[in-house]
Amino acid sequence: MKLYDYVLSSDCYKVRLLAGCLGIELQTIPVNVFPGEEHRSPEFLAVSPLGKIPVLSDGGVVLQDAHAILVYLAKRQGDAGAAWYPDADAASCAAVQQWLTFATELDGTIGAARQHSMLGKPLDVDRARSGAREQITALDDHLTDREFDGSAWIVGNSPTIADVAVFAQVAVAGDGAIDLTPYKAVGRWLKTMVSVPGFSPMPGISAIR
Amino acid sequence: MCDDQFTRSYWYAVARIEDLPEGRPRATKLLDVDIDLLRTQGQATATTRPSDGQAIHLPTKEQYGHVWTTLSESPRDLYAMPEFEEPGRRLVTAGAITVSCSGLRVVENFLDMAHFPFVHTGILGEEPHTDVAAYDVELREDVDEVWATKCEFYQPKAAAAAEGGQLTRYMYRVAQPFSTVLYKTCPIREGAWDLIGLFIQPKTQTECDVHSFVLVFDDSNSDNALLQFQQMIFMQDRMILENQVPSLLPLDPRLELPTRADASSIAYRRWLKAHGQTYGVLPQA
Repeated sequence: MKLYDYVLSSDCYKVRLLAGCLGIELQTIPVNVFPGEEHRSPEFLAVSPLGKIPVLSDGGVVLQDAHAILVYLAKRQGDAGAAWYPDADAASCAAVQQWLTFATELDGTIGAARQHSMLGKPLDVDRARSGAREQITALDDHLTDREFDGSAWIVGNSPTIADVAVFAQVAVAGDGAIDLTPYKAVGRWLKTMVSVPGFSPMPGISAIR
Repeated sequence: MCDDQFTRSYWYAVARIEDLPEGRPRATKLLDVDIDLLRTQGQATATTRPSDGQAIHLPTKEQYGHVWTTLSESPRDLYAMPEFEEPGRRLVTAGAITVSCSGLRVVENFLDMAHFPFVHTGILGEEPHTDVAAYDVELREDVDEVWATKCEFYQPKAAAAAEGGQLTRYMYRVAQPFSTVLYKTCPIREGAWDLIGLFIQPKTQTECDVHSFVLVFDDSNSDNALLQFQQMIFMQDRMILENQVPSLLPLDPRLELPTRADASSIAYRRWLKAHGQTYGVLPQA
């Protein structure tokens, strides 16, 4: 399986993280997104017409979206991946989808603030950070509720691709100068994620250990 | 406004050469001065953008993969790195990453081997190999540079081309207050040094753009693999740098810890102090 990858991308990290937890070995092909903007080059557009990373290529399957790839990896592993994508149960499957959408929305706030803080991309950064804080507050409330239910996870009683997708955005919020210390349940959840067997970090998140 | 004449006397990298193509101007900042960069008829130009008064054309040069400019009318020579002319080396420039701290902090962190096992765990260091062995530090007065030599550190994966752990030999060079180069044992060529360097562009006293490069002998990794390795390492450092307090560098000798690991840091701070460095420095109480 080939992953077109960029080391500083949260979306690429989602895939590396889940693959590690599932014990899937990926052949990573580094794409020079910054500073080279290779994802807009004709060569890359031939691989991925959407011009997005990550891209997963597995035999004849080519997927150009991080969350689609997460679903694919979990389903592909059969029983071993079933807990990561609990689609047998209608409510759990829908809840995972809801939190995947939440993770996508974090890209417009935390992700944008990171791009601004690290790479100087123009942005109304105060607005992005305040949007991020509202979202992280909502996540913190949700995780607190889950703790009352006896679970450490966003959906169900074990980690799912929803945890992976949200974690990859929230854990690097510090890169965008968004302070996570006020969010206690989020802090506990981050630490629990780090202890999942097969966990791998990305630059920006080792401080939570 | 920067009235630190030592800081003003140097050239600063402000963009990668390929990031300033014809007809794509860039706005940036150097030492609190807003600057417009533009390439016209093949020539890189830098012009100040004052809030009042007359715009000034600054000198430019293109070297080491970057466009350089200076606020000085009689700048010091840009330091020599003859390795850039050596055949067979590969240059990868990693682009400007913004860091919210004094650029002097970035240099000091770069010099510090003690952080490897904790910040770059499993790559540039790992427990229990945490000791920093004695090394030599010297001020080379002929070129006015600080050097640390005979540095050694055990590294699980010293470079993109490294297979397994090795005792890596290092030399550190501080050629400018805001620029530093690491010379490191090349894992695949006996007797050669690989270069990794930071050209730091202080935008303000507490914010800088860090332009970095890798200049190596490496037959096995793609440019993109070298780039990702470099960016991964630097982003791990960035997280630490942004959390340092204060974000300005203290030069007060009472704040220096006389441990061996800090020998290069002490020499660097003393050199800055001797030159009257004030920009990016914590004011004395």
